[in-house]
Amino acid sequence: MKARAFSYVRPVTIAEAIDAFAAAGGEASYIAGGQSLVPALALRLQAPECLIDIAHVEALRGIERQGGRLRLGALTRHVDAHDDPLIARYAPLLHLAAPHVAHPAIRNRGTLGGSVALADPASEFPAMMLAMGAEMEIAGPEGTRRVPADAFFQGVYETAIEPGELLVAFHIPVAGPHHRCAFDELARRRGDYALVGCGVMLAMPGDVVEDARIAFLSVGPTPVRARAAEVALLGSRLDEAAIRTAQTALAEDLDPTDEAHVPATMRLHLARVLLGRLLGGLGAAT
Amino acid sequence: MNAPLGALDRPNSYIGRSVSRPNAKRLLAGRGRYVTDLVLPRMLHAAFLRSPYAHARIVSIDLDEARAMPGVRLIATGADLAKLCKPWVGTLDHFKGMKSASQLPLPVDEVSWSGQAVVAIVAESRAQAEDAAEAISVEFEELPVVSDIDRAREAGADRAASTIEDNLCFTSRLDTGGIDEIFASAFHVVEEEFHFGRHTAVTLEPRAIVADWDASEGKLTVHHATQTPYQFQDLYARHYSIPEVNVRVVAPDIGGSFGMKLHVYHEDMAVIGLSMLCGRPVKFVADRIESFVSDIHARDHRVHARMAVDGDGTILAMDVDDVTAIGAFSTYPRTSAVEGNQVIRLMGAPYRFRNYRAGLSVVFQNKVQTSQYRAVGHPIACAVTERLVDMAAEKAGLDPAAMRERNLIADDAYPCDSPTGYKFEALSHQESLTKLKALMNYDALRGEQAALRQRGVHRGIGIASFVEISNPSPAFYGIGGARISAQDGALLKMTPSGEVRCLISVTEQGQGTETIIGQIVADQLGVAHERVRVITGDTEVTPHGGATWACRGAGIGGETALQAARKLRGNIMSLAAAILQAKPGELDMRDGVVVDALSGAERISLAEIARIAYFRSDTLPPDASAQLSVAHHYAPQGYPFAFTNGIQGCHVELDAETGFVKILKHWVVEDCGRIINPLLVDEQVRGGVVQGLGAAFFEECLYDENGQLTNGSLADYLVPMACEMPDIVIGHIETPTADTALGAKGCGEAGTAAASAAALNAVNDAMSPFGASIAQIPMTPARLLKALGTI
Amino acid sequence: MSATHPVSLSVNGEQISRLVEPRETLADFLRRDLQLTGTHTGCEMGVCGACLVLMDGRPVHACLTFAVQASGAVVETVEGLSESAEIADLQRTFHERNALQCGFCTPGMLVSAHGLLTRPGVPSREEIRDALSGNYCRCTGYEAIVDAIETVARRRSAGERAARFLEEPA
Repeated sequence: MKARAFSYVRPVTIAEAIDAFAAAGGEASYIAGGQSLVPALALRLQAPECLIDIAHVEALRGIERQGGRLRLGALTRHVDAHDDPLIARYAPLLHLAAPHVAHPAIRNRGTLGGSVALADPASEFPAMMLAMGAEMEIAGPEGTRRVPADAFFQGVYETAIEPGELLVAFHIPVAGPHHRCAFDELARRRGDYALVGCGVMLAMPGDVVEDARIAFLSVGPTPVRARAAEVALLGSRLDEAAIRTAQTALAEDLDPTDEAHVPATMRLHLARVLLGRLLGGLGAAT
Repeated sequence: MNAPLGALDRPNSYIGRSVSRPNAKRLLAGRGRYVTDLVLPRMLHAAFLRSPYAHARIVSIDLDEARAMPGVRLIATGADLAKLCKPWVGTLDHFKGMKSASQLPLPVDEVSWSGQAVVAIVAESRAQAEDAAEAISVEFEELPVVSDIDRAREAGADRAASTIEDNLCFTSRLDTGGIDEIFASAFHVVEEEFHFGRHTAVTLEPRAIVADWDASEGKLTVHHATQTPYQFQDLYARHYSIPEVNVRVVAPDIGGSFGMKLHVYHEDMAVIGLSMLCGRPVKFVADRIESFVSDIHARDHRVHARMAVDGDGTILAMDVDDVTAIGAFSTYPRTSAVEGNQVIRLMGAPYRFRNYRAGLSVVFQNKVQTSQYRAVGHPIACAVTERLVDMAAEKAGLDPAAMRERNLIADDAYPCDSPTGYKFEALSHQESLTKLKALMNYDALRGEQAALRQRGVHRGIGIASFVEISNPSPAFYGIGGARISAQDGALLKMTPSGEVRCLISVTEQGQGTETIIGQIVADQLGVAHERVRVITGDTEVTPHGGATWACRGAGIGGETALQAARKLRGNIMSLAAAILQAKPGELDMRDGVVVDALSGAERISLAEIARIAYFRSDTLPPDASAQLSVAHHYAPQGYPFAFTNGIQGCHVELDAETGFVKILKHWVVEDCGRIINPLLVDEQVRGGVVQGLGAAFFEECLYDENGQLTNGSLADYLVPMACEMPDIVIGHIETPTADTALGAKGCGEAGTAAASAAALNAVNDAMSPFGASIAQIPMTPARLLKALGTI
Repeated sequence: MSATHPVSLSVNGEQISRLVEPRETLADFLRRDLQLTGTHTGCEMGVCGACLVLMDGRPVHACLTFAVQASGAVVETVEGLSESAEIADLQRTFHERNALQCGFCTPGMLVSAHGLLTRPGVPSREEIRDALSGNYCRCTGYEAIVDAIETVARRRSAGERAARFLEEPA
């Protein structure tokens, strides 16, 4: 289980990184933490000719509040998503989801940028970016652009990032005191990819839901917004009836595929149970 | 010996004492020496091109491009190795009618499972060997895949291997007679069809081997991560036609084995030939992906079983049909039929009933071969029996514990035999049950369960009695024609400084073999255990023996060491008496000093005796014989097996909405006879329990209809991890075997034997308010939600 | 074969410079190039935890990092941690509690435990199990390992540290 041979470059600026990709004729991969890429290379599922190590590009770092947004550099590590006080305060879904992402040693190396750029539909952070309405800052040969999370995830491991482009940072609307957030997932073992996971972010200045964002992982080819469930909650007080309506509405939101050992009906059922528990917890939190 | 065994009142009384493992310190310091770590001068690395098909004919192999790749030193096909290596057949003579296709290191014209090694590549580095493997093109012609165990047995079915006439490897029947009548007239009959998933050992260190053929001496040295170096010395010698005396197998530190590392693997056999062809050392370490498709798998049984019960809950009879699928070949040299054989013979073993009927069908299919893995057959026999006992208890209106009190063999009924032909010397089922109930606080737990059910919390309590097979005599493999030794040998040497080396044929994989052997030798000699060094795992230095399997390290290896130590002690005391002009009976040995037996006054130290014997033998009396090295062999001669017993309890909480189960706690009471080192026994049991709980909830090799393993990686095959496993409470009962002076039996299978059965009963207990039940392991959330009617 | 690449890093306090193939993992580099075979590889895909080392002070999988990526980093392996006696109390307690059998997972367990115990506070058993969630052990059933780490955590919070685990030369 050894990777195919490749060459290695270590740029220190975004421009150098993007140039390196072009110089490799496109047969290159960026690597940051490498926690998903290295196994794929070891299994020879991927075999780029060149590995571009972006871990030393300073412009990809940093955690700072910029007005109503929290800017997270793409190199922000999973462990920081949990430990950093700014993230815990302004992007609590990342803080809540982080302990469920793989295991401590993976979280010490893995980066948010790597996780979101890979867009594994079973991953926690991509779904949370969707739940938080984050914007992805992407750099390419033509400059940088921003893509909202709703338009970012396009298919299984497919995102708005074009070949050669680089995910630079996340811009996340900051959560305020009126937000209630919850995350949980159902995984066979701690740190496993979940059978289903869900992040909920509700704007509740009083006891009425004014805005709701709900995103699921492991229920389809991409992380999935549960828009019908969100609508079902608007204006509600998170009472049992509203929660049941939201659970029922998931049938419109989620279309998991039937798999040999996990039938689609099971995923939908678990998604409903999970959503019910999360909303129940948030309702009880008043 | 004056002091009885197990008394802890002498300076060197180590039998029964928790002694930390001396050999664990290097492992803690990162100084273990595993085969995976080994580098020899000019060593090359092997990789294998594997079959992508579960069943196919090899049409052609094109090696030209690969041979020209950087670093490649040799590429060998099945035909190349067939010129060197004699084929093998995995059958045992006493399994009448058993058959299996002949095997070679690499196949010549037919592959019979997906992942089977087809071409060997030897290169300067493993990465280069893998590069070259990608450049080989093999043309396959797909053949029909045999996977379903029922279709495989139909007349005219496609065959898993073209050289066998049908897919039935072995069948067996046991019948005490009159079963149909007993069932027809029984007050209650309970019946169930059970499914046991295929699983595999997943040792953390994968299989590893370095073969080093030295053509100048005609000598083969194999550094092999194996439990059984002598078995492989014999096999390598005979299959490669090398004089046995020129074959050395060294088994250094080994990263786990659990029965998986004593079978012949095609790659391992190939590596011997590759080294001979290259004239250089060749190393092969299975990577984890290769492990999943080439290590033996185990279990994979479907059992239809019923139990007849009287109106008062007395068990009258069992009737069992076991079908097990084993892959395309029977594994060599222990076969793939032993598990099924033990399943049908262990059924009902803890219970008094005398009427029994069983059928066993062992079926070929196009998957990886199965064979012996920890607690061979036990978990299946135990789960079937214990679930039926619970079902019968419910019919009879008895609590599961009361049902067992009524039916377990009485502790004063021994010796006795089972209706399946096993002979039990002395077991302690009833006392074990009593102790378990006390440990669990069983009645209070039932009370808590009832109260929590009112609040919608669904906890389950399961118990499972078991019998464990340990210490097989030659009546097992030997009689079947396999050159697998049931005896062990030890060589004890006193050093010139009065310390002791013990070279013994049992081997160490972390269970603590060397520690307990050291304890026994020190105890019996009367020296500090720090003064005894135990050496294992090298056929060049230790006597020939069976080594480590079927929990024989303590019972057979320990007795070997005990008898050898007594022999050496006798020699030392005679010599001391000659030096001291005393009678041997007046002397004793304590803490490495010969003392006056009565007064305890010091007479002469071992160091002084050794100094005189080795350097000043001229000062010895003329008739004194200084025999300070002794060799000794021991083979079990009494009962064919040293059976042990115990009982386990499992407490779970079922999340009925999600099908997830939390294991709250687990209890074990076990009786392995004389306990040599309680610390080690407890950890053997705990480790065993967790392997059983893995089987109960997580582990299963999943195949698709094309015979492809779909979860063959450590990310997808779910082994039990720390967060999901409970704390495990252990209690002991000691019923020593009278067959040996030591009295020890085995303890390594006990945990695995009944953990999954206790868990199965616990989950069914938790589901009972829903009128739901499950008879399949692993009990996954999907299966539990189906059982609950949720999906 | 691709060209080799220079790497320079600190391993167990020694500054090391080597030429490596970019595809060589840090685990293979430590084991093969530096003969630091205490770092084990059990899965080569970051699942089993046998290859954990400290990189810049934090536990990471040596199999999920190419050696070239580690250039400039500070790496500590079980050998270095043993020699510096930083984990002597863990080693001693693992030994006393028999918290290892085959020993293949043990270096990774020690690195995980060390990572956990360098964080503030005394972890609960549940937190210890959580910290070990990526460390596979087939032998022990985990309980003894949890016990050992719990014992060390309590002793450390009481200010106790074992001086050495390795034997001093006589």
